[in-house]
Amino acid sequence: MQLTQNHIDYWHKNLRLTAILLVIWFIATFVVIWFAIPLAEIKMFGWPLSFYMAAQGSLIVYVAIIGFYALKMRGYDNEHGVHEGEVE
Amino acid sequence: MAVSQKSFTQQLKKYYTFYTGGFVTFVVLLAIAEKMGVPNKWLGYCFLIFTILLYAGIGIMSRTLEVAEYYVAGRRVPALFNGMATGADWMSAASFIGMAGTLYLTGFQGLSFIMGWTGGYVLVALLLAPYLRKFGQFTIPDFLGARYGGNIVRSMGVIAAILCSFTYVVAQIYGVGIITSRFTGLEFGIGVFVGLAGILVCSFLGGMKAVTWTQVAQYIILIVAYMIPVVWLSVKHTGIPIPQMVYGTVLERVTEREKVLANDPGEKAVRQIFADRAKAADDKIKGLPGSYQAEKDALSKKVEDLKTAAASKIEVDAAEKALKEFPATPDAAKAKWAAEKGAASGRTGPPQPHATPFPGKDEAARDTTRLNFIGVVFCMMFGTAALPHILMRYYTTPSVQEARVSVFWSLFFIFLLYFTAPALAVLAKFDVYTLVVGSKFAELPTWVNAWQAVDKTLLNITDINKDGIVQLAEIVIGGDLIVLATPEIAGLPYVISGLVAAGGLAAALSTADGLLLTIANALSHDLYYKMINPNASPAVRITVSKFLLLGVAIIAAYVTSLKPGNILFLVGAAFSMAASALFPALVLGIFWKRASKWGAIAGICAGLGVCLYYMVHTYPTFIQWFGTTPIQKWFGLDPISAGMFGVPVGIVTIFVVSLLTPAPDKEVQELVDHVRYPNLAGDIDTRGT
Repeated sequence: MQLTQNHIDYWHKNLRLTAILLVIWFIATFVVIWFAIPLAEIKMFGWPLSFYMAAQGSLIVYVAIIGFYALKMRGYDNEHGVHEGEVE
Repeated sequence: MAVSQKSFTQQLKKYYTFYTGGFVTFVVLLAIAEKMGVPNKWLGYCFLIFTILLYAGIGIMSRTLEVAEYYVAGRRVPALFNGMATGADWMSAASFIGMAGTLYLTGFQGLSFIMGWTGGYVLVALLLAPYLRKFGQFTIPDFLGARYGGNIVRSMGVIAAILCSFTYVVAQIYGVGIITSRFTGLEFGIGVFVGLAGILVCSFLGGMKAVTWTQVAQYIILIVAYMIPVVWLSVKHTGIPIPQMVYGTVLERVTEREKVLANDPGEKAVRQIFADRAKAADDKIKGLPGSYQAEKDALSKKVEDLKTAAASKIEVDAAEKALKEFPATPDAAKAKWAAEKGAASGRTGPPQPHATPFPGKDEAARDTTRLNFIGVVFCMMFGTAALPHILMRYYTTPSVQEARVSVFWSLFFIFLLYFTAPALAVLAKFDVYTLVVGSKFAELPTWVNAWQAVDKTLLNITDINKDGIVQLAEIVIGGDLIVLATPEIAGLPYVISGLVAAGGLAAALSTADGLLLTIANALSHDLYYKMINPNASPAVRITVSKFLLLGVAIIAAYVTSLKPGNILFLVGAAFSMAASALFPALVLGIFWKRASKWGAIAGICAGLGVCLYYMVHTYPTFIQWFGTTPIQKWFGLDPISAGMFGVPVGIVTIFVVSLLTPAPDKEVQELVDHVRYPNLAGDIDTRGT
């Protein structure tokens, strides 16, 4: 089994996408928590912003990250010819 | 296997739509029965028996003797359905019944569990699920064994998987016992075994295949049961049936109300009474041993005085009872007074503001609270991405692409419940703060009296300052009450309460099933087949697995009946242990080809070791059990978040030891390439058979 340049490119794209999405995940989680006290001053439809993020906003970001990853990776699979084809 | 994947999915959609319709009809029929005067107790039995029979039916229909069907449901569970099954597998009694209560009691701080238990799926999706699916064997120790070579790492994987799953399953069976006993009036011990029967009918005959299809059914019940009362409550308070979108305004009103209650004279009077009681108890403790005899004499004298004064029988009886119940020894008296002091001093402050992050008296206290919030989020997230019963579910999809999509559906279905729980907590709090607080004791809503009669630890309202008005400081609420009583708070018929109980039961049963199967598979597949008897025939392997499942279930039920410790802590501990032991070795095994066998061995030992060391030396119950010497908490971090030390230690250890030992051989390198690409020309095949 010999990996070609095409395979290596695919893997690097995957790593880059993973890294970017993990940064977003980190911001939506730990940066938001770290600044929760100042963020609570901002109001959003009645919620203090930090409460809203911890109860809903960050959760929506998580769902979006995973959905985006699945779609984008499907694109990469096809582009680099490593997709599995139709499953019986 | 004649059916194509596409028409199989179509068929499943048809079945489960039909099933949901059937279930709704069943609930409507019971509602009619209630109108016609069928007693509540019978409605409770109906829900219990009907749902367990339903799960049993699915379990029997899914019986199998094929190894791949038994361990990974034949690898043909479509992404959407695997998502629902994972949702049910994931959401336990703690999520269904406990979560909203925890949020009610702790406000912002409780949101750490909401974030942690959802954000972990990002790690599952990006770092684990697709790669494990490509690897495609049966268990998590399978992957560790293949990647790091040899039986040492596999055995450590088995030990870690069993350790965290067993801790977790005990908490689940406990939940099953509580629900069955509460809604049918059976004793707790019997409730545990009835629940156990319910767990076993799902998994015994069909392994993963049966568990998958019952979990889908259980998800549908639990989400319907959770949503109906909250939507109703939302309509009652805001006129809009989407509680998640509108409770912001209710939260504002709760915050205003908190400010009023903090300065209300009646509230202050009650808090003062508790402060006095705490001080009195403290004085008595300080006055020991002299105070013991003095207290006892005072009680005897009171009985005598009342008798001579010809007081009413009630008063005399009460005094005699107090004397009779007086502790037999000064030591017992000390324990009793210490408990009194603790209970009273917890009720001397104004209400915690619900929406404020990290409340604390000074900067340092707020920083520690914030660190503990981060600790819980961190451990729940990394624990999610390491718990074998969850990761195992992604072996069951037909392809790598489906595995990725399936994590999306998993989190979506989990999200539906988790973004509702904070809304429920706020709506229930608003009800209590405005409708109960300030009302007259003679005119309390009926649900208050009903629940007080059921269990004083769930709800207890006593007129402490004798003014006939309910003050907030006079109310004691147990966390589980919020979900259990919501139907009544919202003024819904009893049939909805039964539905909520059925939902809680579904949540606890589905999680317990997934966990028991994980433990039994680790023993039957990894220990028996891979290490002891590699020549065993498929029929023998499945039989061994079934008997182990039965054995583990009975042991778990036995341990549960001993009622060990705090449930939420047990669950948290399972997450910290899984994160520390398994996460570093799994992720580095995929993303770092250089990670070596000895690196993994050292990493698992060091990570789990640090985590266990910290918990055993800082958690009071463990200190008592193991007789360890307590240590100062590191950075003030609570024992539940021990994984915050375990995970980094595990990662660093794997790095250092791997670089000091020889690189893995060519076969392992090829395996890593194999899992990284969904499809490779001239690929090896690692699928388990």
